[in-house]
Amino acid sequence: MTRQIPTRLAALAVVGVLLVSLPLLGLLARVPWTGFLGDVDDATQALQISAVVSALATLAAVTLGVPLGWVLARGTFRGRTVLRAAVLLPIVLPPVVSGVALLASLGRSGPVGGLLDDLFGITLPFTTAGAVVAATFVAVPFVTLVAEAGFRGVDRELEDIAATLGAGPWRRFRRVAIPQAAPALAAGVVLGWARALGEFGATITFAGNLPGRTQTLPLAIFFELEQDPEAAFSLSVLLVLVSVAALAVARRSWVR
Amino acid sequence: MQVMAAALLVMVAGACAGPDSELVLGVASSLNEVSADLAEAFSAVSPDGDVQLSASGSQVLVSQVRGGAPLDVVLTADAATAQAIAALDGWGDTVRVAGNRMVIAVAEGNPLGIEAVSDLANGELTIVVAASEVPAGAYTDELLRRANVRLIPASNEASVRGVLTKVRLGEADAGIVYQTDLLVGGITGVPISDAINPTVDYYAVALESGGSRATEFVEFLLTSDGQQVFAKHGFAP
Repeated sequence: MTRQIPTRLAALAVVGVLLVSLPLLGLLARVPWTGFLGDVDDATQALQISAVVSALATLAAVTLGVPLGWVLARGTFRGRTVLRAAVLLPIVLPPVVSGVALLASLGRSGPVGGLLDDLFGITLPFTTAGAVVAATFVAVPFVTLVAEAGFRGVDRELEDIAATLGAGPWRRFRRVAIPQAAPALAAGVVLGWARALGEFGATITFAGNLPGRTQTLPLAIFFELEQDPEAAFSLSVLLVLVSVAALAVARRSWVR
Repeated sequence: MQVMAAALLVMVAGACAGPDSELVLGVASSLNEVSADLAEAFSAVSPDGDVQLSASGSQVLVSQVRGGAPLDVVLTADAATAQAIAALDGWGDTVRVAGNRMVIAVAEGNPLGIEAVSDLANGELTIVVAASEVPAGAYTDELLRRANVRLIPASNEASVRGVLTKVRLGEADAGIVYQTDLLVGGITGVPISDAINPTVDYYAVALESGGSRATEFVEFLLTSDGQQVFAKHGFAP
């Protein structure tokens, strides 16, 4: 039996690889490596904001996404498909639409945002918390999707055995399901974090752009492109490297 | 396979089309509406082909020209951006085509009673401005410097339209925009005294890819027909 890949498929696959990789190679070619560390150093403020926002967003996304993944994997209620579609929607939604939706609902004059403002004096737009909300909004689906897949792989017999030994549902979830799904959950954390780190459209639309408060690294790159394109190239490469690392980590915990 | 190859061919052909008859205008955000009318008026006198519009922040226009976007004419909201684009393209000259002033945009009816630029220094207010990287932001910086007002904005928006939107939606209490932006409605403008208000100049640059039709368009902007369209949208000559 031959396992050769048909030539026409291979040719199109090569075009696909080039399309995806050439822009990144072009970026590497344009980076002023001598000034790289200096450019990164100048962006310390944006780096700090990105670190804080992506960490908090990941924490929130895991707190909400893991239970959602469990509900979707184990729930037998009607409307589960609709629920899954609703939760996963931000993955395919244009980020600017996510931002517009957040602004319409959580903005100062939105129904939920207005309530937050009236009751607690909390306004989300133009705050670091708003940037966290925007990043969480887009990160939750990734965590949910991967967590659901992980929970589906959990051996139910082990849970049944735990049940016969007297373990309640929460204990079975924590002591049996979580350890088995751990690699998938780790991958979900990394993917969710990477998505939160890269968030641009929803952030600039909902949280605005203020250095030291809501200007994350992607926003800084967008504005730097006009002032100092070379610095924008350096910061872009930094994010490419971080993304590559994130994919490598996610893959290692996923494929085992 | 043939279908896919054909689809690819169409996509590539589509990406390359343009120089013959279609004229693509890259315009600064604040020129979005007037440009649509200018394009229509120009089509009436020069019906050779479509005129397409692409509006973005001026800093994006520079990146687009640098990146080889298929633009034929660029309209910017300041001299510096136009000069940068003319230098990148190395073909047409910058031509001043219209003027504008800055104004404080507040919610309809001015419920907070904002009267002057100095009122914006109040830390209780949520103020948005355009980022220094875009022309409206550079004009705003100049205006605040002249007024000797230091304000801490809630956001440096990517375009002047972003500022306008945040005020219109009630997310911000005030913002600094162009006089002409007020025509979109749903918003009240508080005038800024002439002593501190910078003069805003709009420039056009015909790019090499647009050829003679691009030059023709820029010349049209200076005719009485073109200037009338600008005036209708609140621009100064």
